[in-house]
Amino acid sequence: MNLLDPQGPVAAANSTILVDSVFIMLAIVVPTIFAILAFAFWFRASNTKARFQPGFVYSGRVEMVVWAIPALTVILLGGVAWIGSHQLDPAAPVPGTGSPVRIQAVSLDWKWLFIYPDQRIATVNTLTVPAGAELNFQLTSSSVMNTFFIPQLGSMIYTMNGMVTRLNLRADNEGKLKGMSAHFSGDGFPDMMFDVNVISPLSFPDWVATTAKTDAVLNEESYKKLMQQGIEKGKPTYRLEDPRLFNLIATQHIPPGPGPELMSDAGRPHSGGHDAR
Amino acid sequence: MPAAPTVEAMMLGKLDWSAIPFDQPIPLIAGGVVLAGILAVLIWVVVKGHLPYLWHEWITSVDHKRIGVMYILLASMMLLRGGSDAIMMRIQQAIAYQSQGYLPPEHYNQIFSAHGTIMIFFVAMPFVIGLMNLIVPLQLGVRDVAFPTLNSVGFWLTATGALLVNLSLVIGEFARTGWLAFPPLSELSYSPGVGVDYYAWSLQISGVGTLVAGINLVTTVLKLRTKGMNYLRMPMFCWTTLASNLLIVAAFPILTATLAMLLLDRYLGFHFFTNEAGGNVMMFMNLIWAWGHPEVYILVLPAFGIFSEVVSTFSGKALFGYRSMVLATMAICVISFMVWLHHFFTMGAGPDVNAIFGIASMIIAVPTGVKIYNWLFTMYGGRIRFATPMLWAVGFMVTFIIGGLTGVLVAVPPADFMLHNSMFLVAHFHNVIIGGVLFGAFAGFEYWFPKAFGFRLDERWGKLAFWFTFSGFYITFVPLYVAGMLGMTRRMQHYDVAEWRPWMIVAAIGMAVLSIGVICQIMQLVVSIRNREALRDRTGDPWDGRSLEWATSSPPPVFNFAFHPDVRGEDAYWDMKIAAQQQSLEHEEPEYHDIEMPRNSPTGFVCAFFATIMGFALIWHIWWLVILGSLGAFATFVVFAWRDHDEYVIPAAEVAAIDRVNLEERRNLVSMAGAI
Ligand code: HEM
Ligand SMILES: [Cu+2]
Ligand SMILES: [Cu+2]
Repeated sequence: MNLLDPQGPVAAANSTILVDSVFIMLAIVVPTIFAILAFAFWFRASNTKARFQPGFVYSGRVEMVVWAIPALTVILLGGVAWIGSHQLDPAAPVPGTGSPVRIQAVSLDWKWLFIYPDQRIATVNTLTVPAGAELNFQLTSSSVMNTFFIPQLGSMIYTMNGMVTRLNLRADNEGKLKGMSAHFSGDGFPDMMFDVNVISPLSFPDWVATTAKTDAVLNEESYKKLMQQGIEKGKPTYRLEDPRLFNLIATQHIPPGPGPELMSDAGRPHSGGHDAR
Repeated sequence: MPAAPTVEAMMLGKLDWSAIPFDQPIPLIAGGVVLAGILAVLIWVVVKGHLPYLWHEWITSVDHKRIGVMYILLASMMLLRGGSDAIMMRIQQAIAYQSQGYLPPEHYNQIFSAHGTIMIFFVAMPFVIGLMNLIVPLQLGVRDVAFPTLNSVGFWLTATGALLVNLSLVIGEFARTGWLAFPPLSELSYSPGVGVDYYAWSLQISGVGTLVAGINLVTTVLKLRTKGMNYLRMPMFCWTTLASNLLIVAAFPILTATLAMLLLDRYLGFHFFTNEAGGNVMMFMNLIWAWGHPEVYILVLPAFGIFSEVVSTFSGKALFGYRSMVLATMAICVISFMVWLHHFFTMGAGPDVNAIFGIASMIIAVPTGVKIYNWLFTMYGGRIRFATPMLWAVGFMVTFIIGGLTGVLVAVPPADFMLHNSMFLVAHFHNVIIGGVLFGAFAGFEYWFPKAFGFRLDERWGKLAFWFTFSGFYITFVPLYVAGMLGMTRRMQHYDVAEWRPWMIVAAIGMAVLSIGVICQIMQLVVSIRNREALRDRTGDPWDGRSLEWATSSPPPVFNFAFHPDVRGEDAYWDMKIAAQQQSLEHEEPEYHDIEMPRNSPTGFVCAFFATIMGFALIWHIWWLVILGSLGAFATFVVFAWRDHDEYVIPAAEVAAIDRVNLEERRNLVSMAGAI
């Protein structure tokens, strides 16, 4: 899951900016650290060769330089930040080959639901995408906040109930990646890791066709079951009954997911985490 | 909820036997040990007859020095608690690869929430506030802070918060939401237990204490300076104290209001931050960070001040670029209010907003960088003595630059899109909080300990403590940077990714090294107390200091200074020493006057006692007790407001007797220096 081993253009650009920024800063940080250690060593009290200059407490020239160095660095990095923020805006298009794939991601307690409205299918805890195509994500949450993040594809983004965030990504190479939630969301949070299968654009339609044959149907009813707190060990797939399901969730026509069931009135509720073990 | 509340429900609210975690041995045992410890100390105190002493000299004291010491004591004890949490987390993450480890999620999640809350609010805050309390009036050459009794109230309310957080170990639970308790997770529907209530009420009560301390210190710096101590002659620590406390006064009300809204949601069914009925979580994010970012500067600015004092004293030079430092401090103070959004670049705000806040955040790095360079040039041409405080200072400079680098890095939005909430971020903020605030607190502790207690700390153990803590820090947190680069996110109770494992193991080893550092620090204290006669500081000026706290004896008399010192330059005491060496040593006996000092007052303690009751009752919905507690606290204030005698007089003869001893020692010092 190395951030420096990007598998798509967004991650590649993110990590380039990351590495470049580090080097820009190292250019002044390393000499400064070196100077600190050198001055501290040379001007030690026991060194008789060092000249004691108690009067050296102000120098306009030094002050100039001292304000200028960090200021110049920041101007440079500020430019990087400005350009980078615009180019890598999560909502900015990431053109790819073939037609874009629309994916609607919903974070649930504690699993990920991926709806493919155009293909009329949905999956839980696995995201299957064709290599090279633009991936248009719309994201929301069924209950608490989460963050959708596939480290090797780049840019993470929050999911929030009653709101839709947008993210465009592209996966360039076939293979298996990992995704996760990067915002703590309760007891089952660490089990929100999901698999990302990047398959060839040619086999994507086959995968869609196979998945569409699943018996399980995703509709309001089955969604509400999925919404209960708990950890999903399997990787269920569904046929999507109504492609508007995501809108119903995002607009709260389907009310937010319930929290834990209370065991006792006292301070410590029974948590969904228990049955996970 | 049953329709008709039972008698028990009315008497005890939500409290019943299931609140005691009999099924979870770890917190129960930990809590039990702590309780037993407290009880043992209490019994010892009572049996040995120390209670009257404690009561008259410490608990009811309104002396800023005593209050400062109590703040630092509280911080040190809480550091041990927060440190134990850290050890538990590091062990869990070292073993919880493809397994559940030894801590179930509902427990692990409480631990990291408590760790963060305790470290920020009950370690870092009281440590720096304690040092400011102890030293600032001395540096300003005055006899006390502006509001001595309020000062005591502030301390005791902070202690109340700490007590409530620790009570949650044995009665009920603590929040499982992280140290900022983001809704909707922290709302009643997703966190129905009392954990979030413990969190919120502890911070509400201690937050009032912090605000009071802030008002007090701002007023002290603005209004109580000795003759000739104009703003541009104040020691750097006083400047950073001013900046930090201005931030407290401006920022803490935001925290209070935000938590009040969360509590209204939880207690009275409001919808500020709920999913339903128009609540808005993004509002919470904005509000909490509008307080949260200034908060980190509230912590680190005083540390900058401490390092300024330490670097200049041990280099034997005045601080380089003093005015530039003042400017940098105030610039940080202002800009730190304009960057809060960098904590949620990934919320989807849009490129313009992200870029502007990213750049604003980087701009803070400019004055911070200037500070580093000015310390660097203070060392240049100096004659550096590497006593323990100076070791911490050099260790800080190196460490903090690295933390600054990674901080600026996460302020670049596209980089943060990969690093937000990752272990890299965890490494970043520990890099600046440990490398900045904690190192600063330790430097200040070593540097001013002789002033507070009249004897120095053992140098050998001090240096050992530094080297273990310093290297332990790197062994613990460099692996977290790496883990972050490998995509590891924070707050993982377990994980299945093999590449992360080795780094978690190294970090656990680092934690062990760090713990040795802490043990050395404790040893240093023990050894120094044993050898206190040999380490005695008779002169009041053990480090050849430059500012006024060194002009009085160690420990200073209650009234600090027999005469208000007359300040003629930046390094007030240094100038006096030079002048004394040049002039003849025969001093005429000055004419002493009576000194009025504020009387001790139990107001703070009593008020906090009732606040504790009120907080506990609110957490458990025991309404009659809430009324009792709040009435009690209110009555305490009324009684205080109606007091008749608030000052007592120290007769001139007594002042003279105390001061003569001090002057005698000082003359010896000066004549010895003259002889060399
Ligand atoms: C003594 C060495 C320390 C170690 C080994 C340590 C370790 C940790 C760990 C493992 C976490 C949780 C990471 C996760 O969520 O996955 C954490 C979080 C945190 N620590 Fe420390 N810590 C230390 C000292 C400190 C100090 C001195 C402070 C502040 C003065 C501090 C402030 C925090 C904060 C604010 C958090 C975030 C809490 C949260 O995520 O809710 N830590 N630390
Ligand atoms: Cu910030
Ligand atoms: Cu930050």
